[in-house]
Amino acid sequence: MTFAAVSYEALPEIARDVVKQAVAAGASDAECTIAEGDEFSANVRMGELETLKEAGSRGAGLRVLIGKRMGASYTSDLTPEGIRQMVRSAIDLAALTTEDPHAGLPEPAEFGSLTGDLQLFSNETAKLPTEERIAIAKRAEAAALAVDARITNSEGASFDSSVNGRVFANSRGFLGAYRSSYCSVSAVPVATENGSMERDYWFTIARNYKGLEDAETVGRKAAARALRRLGAVKVETQRVPVVFEPRTARTLLGNIFDAVDGRAIYRNASFLAGKIGEKIADERITLVDDGTIPGLFGSSPFDDEGVPTRRTAVIERGVLKSYLLNTYTARKLDLKTTGNASRGITGNAGIGHGNFFIEAGTRTPEEIIRGIKNGFFVTELIGSGVNIVTGDYSRGAVGIWIRDGELAFPVSEVTIAGTLQEMLNGIAEIGNDLEFLSSVSAPTIMLGEMTVAGR
Amino acid sequence: MSFSDSFFATKFGISRRDLENYLSEALGRGGDYADLYFEYLATGSISIDESIVKSATQGVSLGVGVRVIAGERTGYAYSDDLSPEKIRHAAQVAALIAAGPAKVEQTPLEEGRKRNLYPVLTAPSETAFKERVELAQRADHAARAYDPRVFQVQVTYADSLRQVLVATSDGMLNFDRQPLARMSVFVLARAGDGVPQQGHSGGGGRYELEFFQKERTPEYFAGEAARQAIVQLDAVEAPAGEQVVVLGPGWPGVLLHEAVGHGLEADFNRKGVSAFSGRIGQQVASPLCTVIDDGTIGGRRGSLNVDDEGNETQRNVLIENGILRGYLQDKLSSRITKATPTGSGRRESYEHIPMPRMTNTFMLAGDSDPADIIRSVPRGLYCANFAGGQVDITSGNFVFSASESYLIEDGKLTRPVRNATLIGNGPEAMKYVSLVGNDLKLDEGVGMCGKEGQSVPVGVGIPTVRIDRMTVGGTA
Repeated sequence: MTFAAVSYEALPEIARDVVKQAVAAGASDAECTIAEGDEFSANVRMGELETLKEAGSRGAGLRVLIGKRMGASYTSDLTPEGIRQMVRSAIDLAALTTEDPHAGLPEPAEFGSLTGDLQLFSNETAKLPTEERIAIAKRAEAAALAVDARITNSEGASFDSSVNGRVFANSRGFLGAYRSSYCSVSAVPVATENGSMERDYWFTIARNYKGLEDAETVGRKAAARALRRLGAVKVETQRVPVVFEPRTARTLLGNIFDAVDGRAIYRNASFLAGKIGEKIADERITLVDDGTIPGLFGSSPFDDEGVPTRRTAVIERGVLKSYLLNTYTARKLDLKTTGNASRGITGNAGIGHGNFFIEAGTRTPEEIIRGIKNGFFVTELIGSGVNIVTGDYSRGAVGIWIRDGELAFPVSEVTIAGTLQEMLNGIAEIGNDLEFLSSVSAPTIMLGEMTVAGR
Repeated sequence: MSFSDSFFATKFGISRRDLENYLSEALGRGGDYADLYFEYLATGSISIDESIVKSATQGVSLGVGVRVIAGERTGYAYSDDLSPEKIRHAAQVAALIAAGPAKVEQTPLEEGRKRNLYPVLTAPSETAFKERVELAQRADHAARAYDPRVFQVQVTYADSLRQVLVATSDGMLNFDRQPLARMSVFVLARAGDGVPQQGHSGGGGRYELEFFQKERTPEYFAGEAARQAIVQLDAVEAPAGEQVVVLGPGWPGVLLHEAVGHGLEADFNRKGVSAFSGRIGQQVASPLCTVIDDGTIGGRRGSLNVDDEGNETQRNVLIENGILRGYLQDKLSSRITKATPTGSGRRESYEHIPMPRMTNTFMLAGDSDPADIIRSVPRGLYCANFAGGQVDITSGNFVFSASESYLIEDGKLTRPVRNATLIGNGPEAMKYVSLVGNDLKLDEGVGMCGKEGQSVPVGVGIPTVRIDRMTVGGTA
């Protein structure tokens, strides 16, 4: 069901018209983004439907350049009057900003869009009746509750789906549009034993419901994760090897992404600024950004400036090869855009990633753990204690202690700390378990040593 | 002002009759309760980087969210188009949560009491944009002038004016105009070829633009950000393991937000998934601790005349002399558990279902002299500023990350230390509070709280507090 008064098919024409109006009003260049989305979500809890949400919305954004000055605006009102106001607003604001010698659109030769089907959109999920979506969520939760008597409660399970459309037009003649869809099932069971209460979650996600892991598996995995946290203790403060499971390893990639973001580089606000060509990580590490892989969650035919996405080796065998750049940061650094422009619907483009991942190694996670006498297997990280400027790293951690090559007992209320520089160079093992469940993906990673602070 | 002169009535021609019709459409399938949340949000933002005004943005979004409650179930739909057919359609979709004939008689709408915690005649977003640009430029100049070691400055200024209208099937009709503005300054400093260090400061609230000219100037925020960056240039490694920790006044109140605030939100407690579930009346903190959540403090970032479900906000006692007193309720939780509403139902926008949230959360002042508190510590950590925090409400474990802290040696602040995360367990951590200062301070007004994908502005505050035992996540 859609609420959009204007159909997706009509949006490119509106975007083109916005750009035309902006140029007519005095813009030397203009970019218009229109985003629309329909969302659906069903949550069940303890076997009963709890919430059902269904709706859609859209918005348009405009960025204009008058010479080297920029102005930007957005609106959710796509009526002719709403659009006229948006254009007027952006033009007016351009008079208030400062000339920026590096401002501007990409070079004409850089515009483009990947051809071929990126498999980002499927209409299948829309055909799945609401009752069935609710039933899938109920099955996931029921499976979690049935795993063990210690699964006593649940924060629920849900079926979520969305369909999104994105249109981009600029005054150099670029016009592109694409749609994407996703659906997911998740479960959050709660385990209790001897006054200890723990929750955890698991999920499955796909472009189309037919690609989802079955609901029972999601529920059982979530329950197993919550159960293994029961009775967690705080350990002594010590330095030990630390293993990040894929779900926590991907947060390290998030930190590296922030550190290769072109904006942090030109401001000298990253510990990786000026390090191109240098060895910054263990040679086992090859880290790639690739927005071109069909079906994956970080893929798109063009970035938010109308430049085609591509594959960029960011770290190759431990050597920093490339930052991630949009047109502006590339000009500041005297480099070329890597097709990583990203923005909401308005304003100057920031930096985003496509599929950002570490290439898999050859050993299984079990083999990696077997080689550790005393160490920490991290299953969850909380807090924001990462400083990209200095590389200082300190976060709250939950996990399982490794004793003589086995997962021995659960641990919580501890922190792990070090610096990202040491951590990257200290990567000692990379697992073979790379899975693309999100736009940032990592296999199991083992670091030689970090400080675990506890008692 | 009466409803007929209010924003949605005059600008969109929405009448009382229209609202009643939409509500009865929403209850048409047998729901027990329905409400409408209309929102019109105008925002403005300015960003300065390298002393260049690189961006100025303005925009509007509007829409209406329709909610239907049937028993413990919630149906929700929204529309970004305020035409009657779209709103009716949203009401019909939300109504599907119930199945059956209409059963609830809708109560005629009655306007709520009027009060104004933010009597702002001209909201910052209604002033000339140029004035706001000049304020941001002042911050840039001041940060650069602070010290020659400052080499990068970013200033962000953002404001919004939100018009809301809430109408409910139990007869409540409330509307509000909610201005908000914030300035943030981010500074990088470097000594010679050394490692750059960052400093961050900012603040604001529901005030006129004059606040930034008189109360908290751009120069104030800039100086504070630059000072923090310079301090960090001499920072040493943070200690690792259990320490005596002293929290400075103000923003370190984020401890309360994470350690107890979230755990007391009624949705988690109704479901029995919070570490605080079923603990009302129990000792969860030292008797020195009284923790309040107050949405009624004039001008504060976390304050609201009415919450996003139309209830007046109020001052709620969460912990009194260490004893757990109450939860923060939204409409759904208070209906189900027959609890008194606390005016804590909030949402990010019309696209979101409201839930229990904090407003301004703080600890009442004690009677210790802050200087004596520091003097009482032979060896420990003093935390003056934090970057933020997070909590797992089920296990109760929470963290908050210090961005400015110092070693305490023999009762004196000695060296600054590098960023470190502090970790504790909610119902336990505050039992170790052994001294509470007489210097309660609220934060400057930059807080943003995220829960289940929804962000809302909040405030925190705390006096200087000594905690005898807390794990510090350093490396030394």
